Amino acid sequence: MEKWQDNRAWFLVLPVFVIVAFSAIIPLLTVINYSVQDIFGPGQRVFVGAEWFKEVLGDKRLHAALWRQFLFSGLVLLIEIPLGIIIALTMPKKGWGASASLVTLALPLLIPWNVIGTIWIIFTRPDIGLFGATINKLGMSFDHTASSLDAWVTLMLMEVWHWTPLVALLAYAGLRAIPEAYYQAAKVDGASSWSVFRHIQLPKMRGVLTIAVLLRFMDSFLIYAEPFVLTGGGPGNSTTFLSIYLVKIAVGQFDLGPAAAFSLIYFLIILLFSWLFYQALQNAGKGEG
Amino acid sequence: MNLEWMAWTPVTAGFFITIISIIVAMTVWEVLSPSDFRRGLLPISTTRGDRLFIGILINAYITIGWIGLTEWNLLFALPVYICVIASALRFG
Repeated sequence: MEKWQDNRAWFLVLPVFVIVAFSAIIPLLTVINYSVQDIFGPGQRVFVGAEWFKEVLGDKRLHAALWRQFLFSGLVLLIEIPLGIIIALTMPKKGWGASASLVTLALPLLIPWNVIGTIWIIFTRPDIGLFGATINKLGMSFDHTASSLDAWVTLMLMEVWHWTPLVALLAYAGLRAIPEAYYQAAKVDGASSWSVFRHIQLPKMRGVLTIAVLLRFMDSFLIYAEPFVLTGGGPGNSTTFLSIYLVKIAVGQFDLGPAAAFSLIYFLIILLFSWLFYQALQNAGKGEG
Repeated sequence: MNLEWMAWTPVTAGFFITIISIIVAMTVWEVLSPSDFRRGLLPISTTRGDRLFIGILINAYITIGWIGLTEWNLLFALPVYICVIASALRFG
């Protein structure tokens, strides 16, 4: 017998669609409109076709910012995802230890992003910062305002400190959802810890890890507030990421046309990589028995 | 309703009307003849909507390449777009 489906439930999605339309789709349409025009002011504009796209695509500083952004997001995923899983695996399963771990882990996530930057400026200052001063006392020169490498190290430390807890919390939720029967069966079969992780825990965490990878990729690719507060894009342009460069064009120079064209290319990159990650994670392990 | 702030142009209006028409047509097609997951040339199982998305995404990147690497008029890319969408829907 064919199962009857009631599609009226789709009407429940309507409020979300209206909100998304006003918060995302209409602004996106406006950005597309801006990207093909030279905007002088309200009501003053000239159609220029694909000129801004050509200009933006040939911009060497944008190319450099793009590679920097890929490097940053790649490092973020390479460090935060495995580290988050390891933390989740080592967290207590129940009792006061579980509650204490969850609260402690959640703390960095509660701090506003610009405050994070300020905290790390102070923490890594070579004269009074606990981290910066300690490193310098050990005889190693460390100054994130003068050295590109130090700026990157500080940024990565800050990013990992800030966002690994999100991955750990998601992985922990995934681990807790695995029924005890799986572990009992593995124990009966004499499976090693690695086998349990590889064949039970990791596949069962696929859903939450998909969300974690997507969130961390999108968020790290869009990062603005923390590096802007911490380094302002410097020293030189060594930590100028796409969003910082975009804001310079849009707000600093008020070049709305090129900024809109840049935003669309930025959007397409995120769309492509998010889709690829989603497909890769959804299809991972499907061929296994 | 004053839409001056959105800075509409005939070209972008035509672009959006085309995209919306494609989505509406695909929705009607899906209601009349629901699609199932299928595996074609792509290494993943896709629905008709997935294949449309892939086709549009490829076209967006073709546009970027076309603008960035060539001096040719974008109108010449139109047959390429149609071929890509049709190929993605048929063989993807």
